[in-house]
Amino acid sequence: MERIPILLVGEFLLVSIQVDLHDRLALALQDDLTTEVVKVRAKGVLIDISSLEIVDSFIGRVLGNIAALTAMLGANAVVVGMRPAVAITIVELGLDLSCLRTAINVDQGMAMLRLLLRPVASQGSDESAEK
Amino acid sequence: MPTNNPSRIAEILARHQQAILEDWLLAQLAAFSARHNLISEADLRRQSADFIGIFGTACQAGTLTDIATPAWQPVRDFLASISRSRASQGFSPSETATFVFSLKQPLFAHIRQELAANAESLADEMWTATVLIDKLGLYTTELFQTAREEVIKRQQMEMLELSTPVVKLWDGILAVPLIGTLDSARTQVVMESLLQSIVDTGSNIAIVDITGVPTVDTLIAQNLLKTAAAARLMGAQCIICGIRPQIAQTMVHLGVAFGEVVTRATLADALAFAFREIGCTVSRQAPRN
Amino acid sequence: MNPPRSETLPLRSDEDLVRVRQAVRAWMVEQNFNLVEQTKMVTAASELGRNALVYGGGGSARLESPVDGGHGGIRVTFEDHGPGIADIAQALSNGFSTGGGLGLGLGGAKRLVKDFEIFSEPGQGTRVIITIRK
Ligand SMILES: Nc1ncnc2c1ncn2[C@@H]1O[C@H](COP(=O)(O)OP(=O)(O)OP(=O)(O)O)[C@@H](O)[C@H]1O
Ligand SMILES: [Mg+2]
Repeated sequence: MERIPILLVGEFLLVSIQVDLHDRLALALQDDLTTEVVKVRAKGVLIDISSLEIVDSFIGRVLGNIAALTAMLGANAVVVGMRPAVAITIVELGLDLSCLRTAINVDQGMAMLRLLLRPVASQGSDESAEK
Repeated sequence: MPTNNPSRIAEILARHQQAILEDWLLAQLAAFSARHNLISEADLRRQSADFIGIFGTACQAGTLTDIATPAWQPVRDFLASISRSRASQGFSPSETATFVFSLKQPLFAHIRQELAANAESLADEMWTATVLIDKLGLYTTELFQTAREEVIKRQQMEMLELSTPVVKLWDGILAVPLIGTLDSARTQVVMESLLQSIVDTGSNIAIVDITGVPTVDTLIAQNLLKTAAAARLMGAQCIICGIRPQIAQTMVHLGVAFGEVVTRATLADALAFAFREIGCTVSRQAPRN
Repeated sequence: MNPPRSETLPLRSDEDLVRVRQAVRAWMVEQNFNLVEQTKMVTAASELGRNALVYGGGGSARLESPVDGGHGGIRVTFEDHGPGIADIAQALSNGFSTGGGLGLGLGGAKRLVKDFEIFSEPGQGTRVIITIRK
């Protein structure tokens, strides 16, 4: 079956959804991503949906699941590039995606993932400085 | 009554094409004398000559009683383009219909001349020609109205967009100062263009200033909150400012359904908040003296 | 002015659902509906098509234009011969789901496309019609 490619960039996983996402494919992405997070011990996951023309209740739920699952596995997830028309439609549909971390574009999403790692890192360096 | 004999209109038209064209042009120029600024005589001549050609071909090929048949497709297309261009040039519906109706006189004159000897056939052909040209005229008017409605709709949209400028206040900070009455359609246009500007500029803070909006009803408050929710989904934060106390009440009430929204009393407060969010500090330099 | 048109697409698989979304999008684009209108209509179609697929055991989506002999507009009818819905009001309410979903599809589709009709009888199947006018 066709799969959505997952890229490893540094300690982050990158996914750009470029195809019309059918339900099985969305579920496969959810599985693949969680497996991959564990395998490479990724610290973060960035999902670029700037090519997605719709997010309906099913795709929305899959995005929510991915965020919840990666959080359980100790990684942060950020969804970037949602189109205005898609965002307006989601609000009208009544889909609550407030659990998602979002950013305008890939650059800002990456910056966000790095920022989220920093408190832990600086805490570590503080501790080592104290010793 | 229409006879089974093929109509002679096509033949008359072909034989006197040039003369009919000249008479028709004169009639049109008389009708449009005040409208020289809208269309040049050369353009009118070209359009008229083109039309006579296409019209003649259709008369030869098709039945003269039904302009919905394929033979009349070129004529319909031609009239469609004329109506569209005249609608955008600012012609009135009757002026546009005149293009077709003014063909009656010259055409009738030549039919009368040709068929003077045969009263019965003259009556038939005059009847056929009248019905035919009336149909084409009506068709043109209908098309004109549709085209005109489209023009008006587009102008309205353009005006809406013009009246709501989205400005970039700072790197990463956009603002829309809303002034005047907000109806549902305008709110929608504003919000869509705000969200698009967020993407285009990569801004993550958008300030909506409603100081200049006299009344904000529940529906508009709801639209503003929906926009804030949509912005958040896109990765941006919306701040609504210029809110009077009673509107603030409504917002808080509705906010339960659409998630928290940041509100501030004034644009200055909103900007201060935005600066803090993006990690900018504003400081006053020590006075020189 | 545009000749009447219709197109019936099957709904038997996930791929079929994607094709229905694409067809609705193409018709909306052709009729110059704006991006937000397109997205709302396609999203509603996706919800209703999925319901026909999941709960109705498969069915069809029929696209039609124009609607009521007007200038334009698009009507999409989703039909299945599944178990039907006993309590339509309950099915339309937010959060009601018998399939472990969010229970948003039906009510959400109605919010996205105001012109929404649903007909269902237990044992007879379900038909949902959404219409957008020009
Ligand atoms: N075509 C159908 N045939 C039979 N039952 C249906 C049909 N469509 C909807 N239902 C019933 O109505 C309920 C609500 O449907 P709705 O689409 O709102 O939510 P859902 O499909 O359960 O979840 P979601 O769409 O949010 O993922 C369904 O759980 C199902 O019981
Ligand atoms: Mg559903």
